[in-house]
Amino acid sequence: MSENVTLPKQQDSSGPGNGGEPLLTVEGLQKHFPIYGGFPFKRQVGAVKAVDGVDLTVYPGEALGLVGESGCGKSTTGRLVTRLLEPTGGKITYAGQDITHASRKQLAPIRSEIQMIFQDPFSSLNPRQTVGTIIKSPMEVNGINPPGGREKRVRELLETVGLNPEHYNRFPHEFSGGQRQRIGVARALALEPKLIVADEPVSALDVSIQAQVVNLLQKVQDELGIAFLFIAHDLAVVRHFSQRVAVMYLGKVMEVADRDSLYTRPRHPYTHALLSAVPEADVDSAKKERIRLSGDVPSPIMPPSGCPFRTRCWKAQDKCATDVPPLVQISGNREGHLTACHFPEEPTIAARAEDVVLDPALAALEAERPAKD
Amino acid sequence: MTTQTKTEDTPAPTGPEAFLSVRDLRVRFSTEDGVVNAVDGLSFDVERGKTLGIVGESGSGKSVTNLTILGLHNPQTASVEGEIVLDGQELVSAPERELEKLRGNKVAMIFQDPLTALSPYYTVGRQIAEPYMKHTGASKKEAKARAIEMLDKVGIPQPATRFNDYPHQFSGGMRQRAMIAMALICDPDLLIADEPTTALDVTVQAQILDLLKDLQQEFGSAIIFITHDLGVIANMADDLLVMYAGRAVERGSVREVLQTPKHPYTWGLLSSMPRLGGDLDEPLVPIPGSPPSLLNPPSGCAFHPRCTFKDQVDAGLCSGEKPLLAAGRAAACHLTPDQKQSIFIDQIKPRLG
Repeated sequence: MSENVTLPKQQDSSGPGNGGEPLLTVEGLQKHFPIYGGFPFKRQVGAVKAVDGVDLTVYPGEALGLVGESGCGKSTTGRLVTRLLEPTGGKITYAGQDITHASRKQLAPIRSEIQMIFQDPFSSLNPRQTVGTIIKSPMEVNGINPPGGREKRVRELLETVGLNPEHYNRFPHEFSGGQRQRIGVARALALEPKLIVADEPVSALDVSIQAQVVNLLQKVQDELGIAFLFIAHDLAVVRHFSQRVAVMYLGKVMEVADRDSLYTRPRHPYTHALLSAVPEADVDSAKKERIRLSGDVPSPIMPPSGCPFRTRCWKAQDKCATDVPPLVQISGNREGHLTACHFPEEPTIAARAEDVVLDPALAALEAERPAKD
Repeated sequence: MTTQTKTEDTPAPTGPEAFLSVRDLRVRFSTEDGVVNAVDGLSFDVERGKTLGIVGESGSGKSVTNLTILGLHNPQTASVEGEIVLDGQELVSAPERELEKLRGNKVAMIFQDPLTALSPYYTVGRQIAEPYMKHTGASKKEAKARAIEMLDKVGIPQPATRFNDYPHQFSGGMRQRAMIAMALICDPDLLIADEPTTALDVTVQAQILDLLKDLQQEFGSAIIFITHDLGVIANMADDLLVMYAGRAVERGSVREVLQTPKHPYTWGLLSSMPRLGGDLDEPLVPIPGSPPSLLNPPSGCAFHPRCTFKDQVDAGLCSGEKPLLAAGRAAACHLTPDQKQSIFIDQIKPRLG
């Protein structure tokens, strides 16, 4: 199968430390959506702090994974980076150029270099346009005339993403979910971008189809050297695709590290909780730590003071409520492994002597029956 | 197109003590485009206090099967054939009044999306208390006390105040907890959970799954757990049924199916799934193609157009004849047991690491 491509080894080492110039830098990025209320004159009564101080760097040709639960601001971050939304604060630098508040005109040359793949392959393709028109239109908008004409290029792209070039004149409804997502990938590739923001590109697909699209994206990244900001909630998919991974919670980055460090030597309690919550299809897998948080993610309208995770954290102390922990490298961590926590955990995911069970109902039920498996 | 296969799936998988047994179930819907064979000759058993997991992709008929158990299909559009016996009572031909007595009492259901499954018009507490009042004849006051007790049990803080809240005032995880409270209030013998955690985040999913497991030990209910996530199933179920295009393709205990799968579709599912501990240099191996349309399912084995191993079977067998699913631990595939064994050991096992 042509789709089965693995990542070359040397890409694993690309990241901070090997001296490359970052392609995209995000510093203290904020996006607050206003809430209006009151009568008869509406005025702003609050704000949804969707993104509240995010720092990220993406290096050329690298895939940075962005994971977090729903509502943590990962999609908003993706949309801010592509400048589909206007940031409230912070700074976005693309290839040395500040694009935080760049105008439409200033952005025009950059737009073709940053492309996006959307989550829902059903609503992100215009049902009234043919596949050819959909893939061709970015080239038309940007006035690109590839040698041999646009139609030839579209047929090449269709072949690259594993679709039949003869489907040029078909409409999106004639394709299945996985095939539509391939059309979305072809459209993103049409302008030969340097950075693709993939917002949950596989979460709407069936398990057997997911792997097809993940492999396609890996092939694209590998052969064309495109950098990816890969946004997803599935930790296993992110691990498979990204060289570096950032964990977000309530609009902030909690931990960022190379893949190996994040998945085997996490320091932030939230990363520990996330990893321990992933169900594994292995019946006999080595016993890993068991952490069960209580409740859901707090509302981003009134995020907790200090560390946003402190309301669900088992290590929280007074300091966590007053001081926002900075995203720094903790001693003992590899270079580029940054954690925002005052009281980091041990760098291991092995089972603890005692499970952390914060959920009151679970704790009560398990106290009655302590000897469980 | 399915009538000639009427008698093929009748063998009883297990002994007579099965609490729920489904035999040769067929569900068809007439639509404008033709007849959809949503479930096509499905048989399975659920024992008391055990959990049966059903996995399959969207459109494989897992939800339709379970709606059929509760008789929740519109009889005008759906035709149901076969046999569903719950604790000695036949359900397919049972009158609506009999089914009403079962729903929420002996058999309860947890739906995927708690926001659409709860009515926005009534308070959460009233919706939880309603089945209790209906089935036990309890007074409003008794039902309220019982509902508050259940809310407390599923971990909703301040249950007495929360009783009067509306569903929109609950978060996603809390709504699913309320659904569980509603399902368990009459102490059902069978609980059908249809993708109960698909709409939730992983940390909340882990809480809800553990809660369901602990409550099952306390209440002793049998659970039919439907999901598309093999990881969730590995944690929850005792037995596992893999469905594809309305038919069961593999059956066995969770350990058997996940560790020594025997059907090419199960192999495909397992090797296309990235794992947290998996080898990163090992590429994912997707299943080629896409799931079939149930309006016009492939002839013979429904999986044969996507199957990589069909060349190893005599020509025409896979596309001509539906493979049978034998009793007990079995896979519905024309490959011989020796072939399956050698393919699994040589090609599949290395991929799974």
